[in-house]
Amino acid sequence: MTFTPAELLAVMGSRQLRDDTTVFAGVGVPLLAAALAQQRHAPNLTMVIEGGIIGPRIKPGKLPISTNEMRAGHRATMLPGITDTFLFAQRGFLDYGFMGGAQIDQYGNVNTTVVGPDYARPKVRLPGTGGANDIASLCREVIILTFHEKRRFVPRVDFVTSPAWLQGDDSRARAGLYFGGVSKVVTTLGVFGFHPENRRMRVEALHPGVTLDQVREQTGFPMLVADRVETTAPPVADELEILRATDPERRFLA
Amino acid sequence: MNREREFDFVAARRRLEAKPKSAGEKLTSVEDAASRVTDGAIVAVGGCLFSRTPMALVREILRQRRSGMTLVRNLMCTEGEFMMVAGAVERVMTAWMSIGLPWGVSKIMREYVESGKVAFEEWSHLGLGLRYRAAAMGLPFLPALTMVGSDLARVTELKTVQDPYTGMSLAAIPALYPDVAILHVHRADRFGNCQIDGYPHMDADIARAAGTVLVTTEEIIGEDAVRTYPDRTVIPGFLVDALVVVPFGSFPHECYGLYEADYDHFQEYTDGINARGSASVAEYLERYVYGPATFGEYLELFGGERLARQQRSARALTR
Repeated sequence: MTFTPAELLAVMGSRQLRDDTTVFAGVGVPLLAAALAQQRHAPNLTMVIEGGIIGPRIKPGKLPISTNEMRAGHRATMLPGITDTFLFAQRGFLDYGFMGGAQIDQYGNVNTTVVGPDYARPKVRLPGTGGANDIASLCREVIILTFHEKRRFVPRVDFVTSPAWLQGDDSRARAGLYFGGVSKVVTTLGVFGFHPENRRMRVEALHPGVTLDQVREQTGFPMLVADRVETTAPPVADELEILRATDPERRFLA
Repeated sequence: MNREREFDFVAARRRLEAKPKSAGEKLTSVEDAASRVTDGAIVAVGGCLFSRTPMALVREILRQRRSGMTLVRNLMCTEGEFMMVAGAVERVMTAWMSIGLPWGVSKIMREYVESGKVAFEEWSHLGLGLRYRAAAMGLPFLPALTMVGSDLARVTELKTVQDPYTGMSLAAIPALYPDVAILHVHRADRFGNCQIDGYPHMDADIARAAGTVLVTTEEIIGEDAVRTYPDRTVIPGFLVDALVVVPFGSFPHECYGLYEADYDHFQEYTDGINARGSASVAEYLERYVYGPATFGEYLELFGGERLARQQRSARALTR
């Protein structure tokens, strides 16, 4: 069974979501992964999109381009407005935050703001946080889906847009982030978690055929290894069929 | 930067107390409405990204050659690029700026921000929402659990506040009282009682937060229609200073249920930027903003067939 890296990411991401939960999903692969979970093993999963959308049903072939256009709200159960949607998360109603990551460090912090040391005169100005900072601050746990490349996995991000474990240990709670944190980083190579005390990233599972050396080659910081490293089960036919039916134009799966 | 002006709730309250809050007629021309925006103003734009953007007002503000403004929008799209290239803004305040994933990172935003011509003040999406909400509530700030610990807190000089009950530290999100709000709604009566379908975005809070509220509407409805369904009113008329009837007033951005955003147009616009950079946007402004004298002439550049196509796809998506 052949599949693209994006399909692998969507499948492995979807398996992280339990039934009877809620997920704050970003557009693109995270939303596809959530839609897959909902159609397969988590029928009572509620998707929430930051444009102010609760419970949409993604229309096959009409995947949303932004978080707040008509496609995103297809057959939604509620459109409460943007601020109030985030306040559901602040109250604690959102179990998962499900997002991508441009640049990520060993403590799970994500940068989508600037490349370079000077915020006011950046080398590259990126689009910005959108709701990612809020999702990372407010959800019960955050799962990041990203392609595993050395340029993305850096020792220290240039700018902490979305806070995870900050400088490790208990720095998150000390900064006033009393809840949540990144629980998993799902990549094209494996599934990663964080050491429960020092909060550094560690390998917890590898996708079939992937070696620890490959992970180390593609990671810009020393990657810890969990006591037991599992091997994930490869994507199965019905997972890929559901995904491909949802994104027939292969807008995000290619 | 005079930040205190942004969250001075006493001054904002006094301005509102001194202002007429009429239940009377608000209908006027787009030229007259836009003339209430002054150079250097903090202008909050309703809608979000390419949804319910008050494009007719954006166009007219550009035609009146305003400068030195701060443009505020939770997710900023092509209107921000127009303002940058026209030299109308010195600062944007937003959580995210570009058109959307298929068109990549905004090259115009990169050019103007990386060169230091325009300051990009980045707040989180909820952070900006709570800035409006705090102002809508008449307060100087709201406590929150977001933005703290990140570098966004550092660059926005976000302060914290100690909860007097638990002793815990919380973000103190400062209010934002914009000078002007520009909004586009689905329908209103001539007194400015506004109804919005689909996504409410942040418009209701923005209208309460701003000193002056300018609204364009797809259609005017009778007073009876408002009084029969008062629960549909999201912005009461006494908040509204000027109202203009502009069908397709968000185009080529979307208006929920009425017309879909014109993605082909975005592609042509982005192709131009990819080929010729900001010079392409300057040409675009000549063709779409400074050239056509009226919004009707502007819409003719897209053509009736294109508008009808976008209406059909909106109906298909929201039925």
